[in-house]
Amino acid sequence: MTGLDLDRQRHRWQGYFLPRTLHPGAWWVWALGLAVAASRTTNPLLLALILAVACTVVVARRGDAPWALAFRLYIYVGILVVVMRVAFRIIFGGDEGGTVLFTLPTIPLPDWASGVRLLGTVSAESLLGGFYGGLRLATMIICIGAANALANPKRLLKSVPSALYDVGSAVVVALSVFPQLAESVVRVRRARRLRGGSGRGLRALKGIVIPVLEDALDRSLQLAAAMDSRGYGRSAQVPRGTRLVAGGFTLLGLVGVCVGVYGVLDGTAPRYLGLPMLAVGLVLAAGGFVLTGRRVQRSRYRPDRWGAAETLVAGSGVAVGVLLYVSLAIDPSNINPSLSPLSWPQAGLPVVLAILVGALPAFLAPPTPLTADEVRSAGPRHTPELAEVRA
Amino acid sequence: MIRFEDVTITYAGARRPALQHVNLELPEGELTLVVGRTGAGKSTLLRAINGLVPHFTGGHLEGRVTVDGLDTRDHPPRELAHVVGMVGQDPLAGFVTDTVEEELAYGMEQLALPPEVMRKRVEETLDLLGIAELRRRPLRTLSGGQQQRVAIGSVLTMGARVLVLDEPTSALDPTAAEDALAAITRLVHDLGVTVVVAEHRMERVVQYADRMVLLPGDGVVVSGMPGAVLETSPVAPPVVELGRVAGWSPLPLSVRDARRMAGPLRVELDSLAELASLADAPSRDAADLGRLVPLGAGYNQPQETEPAARRRGDAPLPDERADAPVPYKSADAPLPDGPIREALVARGVVVRYGDVIAVRGVNLTLQQGSVTALMGRNGSGKSSLLWALQGSGPRQSGMVDVQGKDPGAVPAREARELVGLVPQSASDLLYLETVDAECAAADRESEREAGACRALLDRIAPGIDGQHHPRDLSEGQRLSLVLAVQLVAAPDVLMLDEPTRGLDYRAKAELAGIVRELAASGKAVVVATHDVEFVAHVAQRVVVMAEGEVVADGPAAEVIGASPMFAPQVAKVLGPPWLTVEQVAAARAGIPAGGAG
Repeated sequence: MTGLDLDRQRHRWQGYFLPRTLHPGAWWVWALGLAVAASRTTNPLLLALILAVACTVVVARRGDAPWALAFRLYIYVGILVVVMRVAFRIIFGGDEGGTVLFTLPTIPLPDWASGVRLLGTVSAESLLGGFYGGLRLATMIICIGAANALANPKRLLKSVPSALYDVGSAVVVALSVFPQLAESVVRVRRARRLRGGSGRGLRALKGIVIPVLEDALDRSLQLAAAMDSRGYGRSAQVPRGTRLVAGGFTLLGLVGVCVGVYGVLDGTAPRYLGLPMLAVGLVLAAGGFVLTGRRVQRSRYRPDRWGAAETLVAGSGVAVGVLLYVSLAIDPSNINPSLSPLSWPQAGLPVVLAILVGALPAFLAPPTPLTADEVRSAGPRHTPELAEVRA
Repeated sequence: MIRFEDVTITYAGARRPALQHVNLELPEGELTLVVGRTGAGKSTLLRAINGLVPHFTGGHLEGRVTVDGLDTRDHPPRELAHVVGMVGQDPLAGFVTDTVEEELAYGMEQLALPPEVMRKRVEETLDLLGIAELRRRPLRTLSGGQQQRVAIGSVLTMGARVLVLDEPTSALDPTAAEDALAAITRLVHDLGVTVVVAEHRMERVVQYADRMVLLPGDGVVVSGMPGAVLETSPVAPPVVELGRVAGWSPLPLSVRDARRMAGPLRVELDSLAELASLADAPSRDAADLGRLVPLGAGYNQPQETEPAARRRGDAPLPDERADAPVPYKSADAPLPDGPIREALVARGVVVRYGDVIAVRGVNLTLQQGSVTALMGRNGSGKSSLLWALQGSGPRQSGMVDVQGKDPGAVPAREARELVGLVPQSASDLLYLETVDAECAAADRESEREAGACRALLDRIAPGIDGQHHPRDLSEGQRLSLVLAVQLVAAPDVLMLDEPTRGLDYRAKAELAGIVRELAASGKAVVVATHDVEFVAHVAQRVVVMAEGEVVADGPAAEVIGASPMFAPQVAKVLGPPWLTVEQVAAARAGIPAGGAG
């Protein structure tokens, strides 16, 4: 290899690590890979490892946008899930297995509730069972949270197929209107005080709801007018026939999917109503989508390109899912730690290594650019809104 | 470029058409200013240009509107998006995305332009409007002027050759308005964009306009050169009014034009002022901060008696406020000669949100019977201060004393009997279906006898139908209703936050009348506003805030007269003591009287 080639290589890698936002799809594939891996096992060691991997990557590669800062909410939800699961085991009695930890006084219930038992003896097996189950669910929730923290949800919505474009923009608009709604509630509540309103009771509620709704309605009309004058909904001229065919395809397809799902789930239904119907329905619906999508003509500013980094991120997630699936299929002893007899959960080296692959993006993905820096360097303005961004 | 051919627009359910037989041709590359009273059809005219009327609003359009050869009849607004760009009064309400770059690109995405073209145009537009350093900023964190420039940019990127702006500066402080207007004029001069702009505060725009379209209010349209249209226009900016009073011809449109013609007038006024100071020196002392002269008296007023009465009675504005209500002139109004009591004393008021300090230890004393204007750029802490003084907003430290009580420490019901506040979005206070219901609720809230609020409303703004929905009222009428609702609690101090937003000249003159009458009846009135001309008309004292601190506090003539940003046009032409055309007219009319006395 010549010096020039080496140089070129180096430049290429320097370019690779320049901060940029990755394709949101990459992060979602990565997170779903982790979630699938988590769904395969109740082994707390493996689950904890997956959690650690997810958190590491989030901390290393998230931006400072509001959705990135919401990651901790998912963690709270996860903790809540675990606590609830364990608490339910205690409240509704958990005496499977023989290792009794403690005994609470049983609350007697009437006869018609004979199947339910409140409190009573609590065993280690049932507590652990609740804990393992809860931890699995919590891990999956936190994996989804990680995707949310790492990928810009609005950019994800923009990547939807063009047939769903209208739905996508409706969601985007709703997302940006929501903070405004909260703002106008605060404003109107404050204004209520000016009229001596206490802010309580049905009358006060009316005094708040009506101005807020009027405000929201005004805003949506203004927004609709603005979007209309800026070309929203410009459509290519599609012959009437094509439009009818597209609509028909979509409708028939969706009916087919419904019938197909029913056929698959209901064992007594004739066979041809099952999978074949489902397949036909899916094909018809897809055809309808493609035809509808042709009507929507638009392009994307700075489209997210799928590059090496995206492949790496998505690949590492998929690898975790697949490797865990395979290694647990080969050696199922680690999947679910035994509760009877009670035993310490074990984790084999191959499985641990497989999960650690998921942490690669923490080092190998390009960092996310921070927006607060730009806001900070933008100038010495002091407004309450800016303070929120900085905080 | 834009052509209206015998256009008549009638909204569904309307008794008469909003526009009637309008014939209009606006050539390419011109800046057209559209003026007229609220409800005269300005917005209808503007929205007809890109087809929002009637495609979006409904209604019936006769005749033809064509833009660049495209008929709005067969082209709904979205199909005209690449030709006509529309920018509204509140830029934030029209933003679809949430960062500057995405907003600039949104329209182009709808036009399905290739990404490379978009990228290039976004960069060009960022530079053109001087907002390149804001590219990744969330739109909500921008100042008003920046937001308005982004809104303009977002329609320019689509390649629009026509820019339609509906009151682009009415929500902006004077500096931000200058920013936005500079951007607009640059587009007209450098790029040949055709601009149509409607503006209540036409003193800001008229000097740049190539053409003026006047809507007198009966559905017809007068179009022509600004100078010619202004000769007969019932509404005119202060320089033009000054030109009329001084008998200048041609009428000056800008401060620069007026200054060139003003030499003789300045000399005349100077000699008048000298005469005045010789004749009646003590009356100048009366203008000191400690002893405020009520009812908008000037500071260089030779005599308090006759000229003052003239100003009250037949100042040049009066053709607009001849029917102004004359309430409050009751015998219980405190005499200005009596000891002036302090209506509100505030010391060391601090308001902070998180780590942002909105108000830093402000001291303020308000005298009874005075009108104080609170000025300063957006975000300088004006609103926070008003809310803190009223007691409904947060206040971290400091003390406020109204009649020996702290409005922040007493229940809301009691606080509103001490200090009344009309917030920026006044309609937040209204929530019932009819005007009468609002009035009745206000009577109950402040435990007055039934009909007290309605009586007040009739004195402030007579003739409002009680069965109307508050939202169907005009801006001015709605403001009057909110004023009546707040005044029924009989507060000693009344504070108005940006009351002139959306008011046309006549409504503003009416509001000025109301504010003066309130002060004359002994109330202390505070007006937070950007509108320097309004301040010049009503306020005796001006407090300027910046970064949460009071940076200037004194008589209006001293504070705003010499300020480059806040000076009213008359002061810019004639120098500090003169703030309004009425003062000039009264002083000149007062010569014989002063000479005789």
